[in-house]
Amino acid sequence: MTIEVKNLVKKFGSFKAIDGVDLKVDNGELLALLGPSGSGKTTLLRIIAGLDWPDSGEVSFNGEDALAQGARERHVGFVFQHYALFRHMTVFENVAFGLRVQPRAIRKDEATIRARVKELLDLVQLDWLADRYPSQLSGGQRQRIALARALAIEPRILLLDEPFGALDAKVRKELRRWLRSLHHEINVTSIFVTHDQEEALEVANRVVVMDKGRIEQIGSPDDVYESPATAFVHGFIGESIELPVHIAGGVIRLGDRPLRLAADGLAPGASKLFVRRHDMLVGPPGSGAFEGAVQHVRNFGPVQRAEVALSGGETIEIDAPRDRELRVGDSVGLQPRRYRIFAG
Amino acid sequence: MTMQIADSVSLSTSEAKARAHAAAARDNLRTEPRAVRIVVIALAMIFLTVFVVLPLVVVFAQAFSRGILAYLAALAEPEALSAIKLTLLVAAISVGLNLAFGLVAAWAIAKFEFRGKTFLITLIDLPFSVSPVISGLVFVLLFGAQGYFGGWLRDHDIQILFAVPGIALATTFVTFPFVARALIPLMQEQGTQEEEAAISLGASGLQTFFRVTLPNIKWGVLYGVLLCNARAMGEFGAVSVVSGHIRGETNTMPLLVEILYNEYQFVAAFAIASLLAMLALITLIAKSVLERHLHEGDELRDD
Repeated sequence: MTIEVKNLVKKFGSFKAIDGVDLKVDNGELLALLGPSGSGKTTLLRIIAGLDWPDSGEVSFNGEDALAQGARERHVGFVFQHYALFRHMTVFENVAFGLRVQPRAIRKDEATIRARVKELLDLVQLDWLADRYPSQLSGGQRQRIALARALAIEPRILLLDEPFGALDAKVRKELRRWLRSLHHEINVTSIFVTHDQEEALEVANRVVVMDKGRIEQIGSPDDVYESPATAFVHGFIGESIELPVHIAGGVIRLGDRPLRLAADGLAPGASKLFVRRHDMLVGPPGSGAFEGAVQHVRNFGPVQRAEVALSGGETIEIDAPRDRELRVGDSVGLQPRRYRIFAG
Repeated sequence: MTMQIADSVSLSTSEAKARAHAAAARDNLRTEPRAVRIVVIALAMIFLTVFVVLPLVVVFAQAFSRGILAYLAALAEPEALSAIKLTLLVAAISVGLNLAFGLVAAWAIAKFEFRGKTFLITLIDLPFSVSPVISGLVFVLLFGAQGYFGGWLRDHDIQILFAVPGIALATTFVTFPFVARALIPLMQEQGTQEEEAAISLGASGLQTFFRVTLPNIKWGVLYGVLLCNARAMGEFGAVSVVSGHIRGETNTMPLLVEILYNEYQFVAAFAIASLLAMLALITLIAKSVLERHLHEGDELRDD
């Protein structure tokens, strides 16, 4: 099933939750909608599911207009952030719900329903919880039951809203890997919403980065990390150092200080310079584009994170390998291995 | 100082000390002296005994003052039986109507946003803020011989006032808020996610209501019905205005109690009153059971 969204707009009062979004999702894809809270990603997901309606724009599934159908007819599996399991039903009945409410003409008989639910509970590896109530499950178990419930109706599309948002870090990592292999197994077109970049980069085939109701970049996890298209994407994905610079006459300046960095092809004016924390190489004073003094050092496993006060007045955080110990008070030269400059 | 001593003694003693300390700290939080506390509690108990327990005891004492046979005989009077029947009928009608109205109103208020919502909520509370006698008079003004619809009703030979329909209408009006009031906060707190999940799984509106919404609010519904029923059976003011006090026909139990009392038939009056008192006791017990279930629901909630 392919999904196509064209020029979508959704307002809540005067607030534009979605501000002209175009998106194409290929058959069998596992797509991540990534963005900070308030970026419109959940609203976009709810519109695709039919739980919200756009003010203008188109949504189509396999080329056929989806907005002509209600949520009930769209045959979309939706997994809610807080699971929304039916609290008065057992796990078994929760998963069976979608099968039991089918119109009488196509409803399966009880034995078929039971077999199907059993199969789904096996798929999410929780068949031993069939008789429990949602309140008796852990967060991770509830999430997997919610997924099994959504899969019961053999959805054409699977939509997941912050699927791991309410779980602790360890369970979250396990479930991520599990979701990816599950998607591999069932291969249904899936979109999941997350504000966690690591989650998006690790699980998805393709990542859509959103901000303020607009799409900033669409690309593979490598694309959005290695070649961010906008300042927002660079700042949002990966840990970045952001410095306000000024370009004039082929020279990049930080404050009054000219930086020894190539300015070829860059438009003059105020710009932002982005460097990944680990791309800032530390050398002796005078060896790089920046000069600074180490103010604070902490060790994080393989790297040491140092706070460096640049002579231009800014303070930045860098990640350096631990082969050369940094000490508070050291004067250092810093040279970015790679950097990007965005106008504005 | 305490710390130094605790360091030198064994662990269990220090734990015991810590516990004693905590208890002392708790006591210290209550700044009132012991005597004040005793006086306040005693006042509350005396007040409750004089104003609540004593009247209840008197009702039963009077009802049984000539023995159990006189009591049963009083209840077996045709007038008494007719009043009991009428009360049950009126309660059934008004509880049924208010259950339907209350569910619809609470559903609309809790699950949808619309213009005039605040006004609707205020309107639901209106019967609580108006004196029941006024509520009854409204129906007299509407349906009485000189009322707006009086002529039309007479022409078509429809009897509303001084008959069962009038009594049922007045009772329904007075007891309207109970079910809606019990459900609105409950439904607002539960939100709409489970309903959204049901619809995305292919359930129709009715399936969603009966399989998801209703089971989630069933204890709240029972709670509202219970209170609504208690008030419907006990309502005096509004019913008194519209009933016409036709003996054996339009007297409900509360009305009959008053009539019998005014005729110095104390045993009969208190016998009927004792039934209403028992209804109150049963309501209280059922209410505390239901409240426990409502709170169980709290623990079952996700997160």
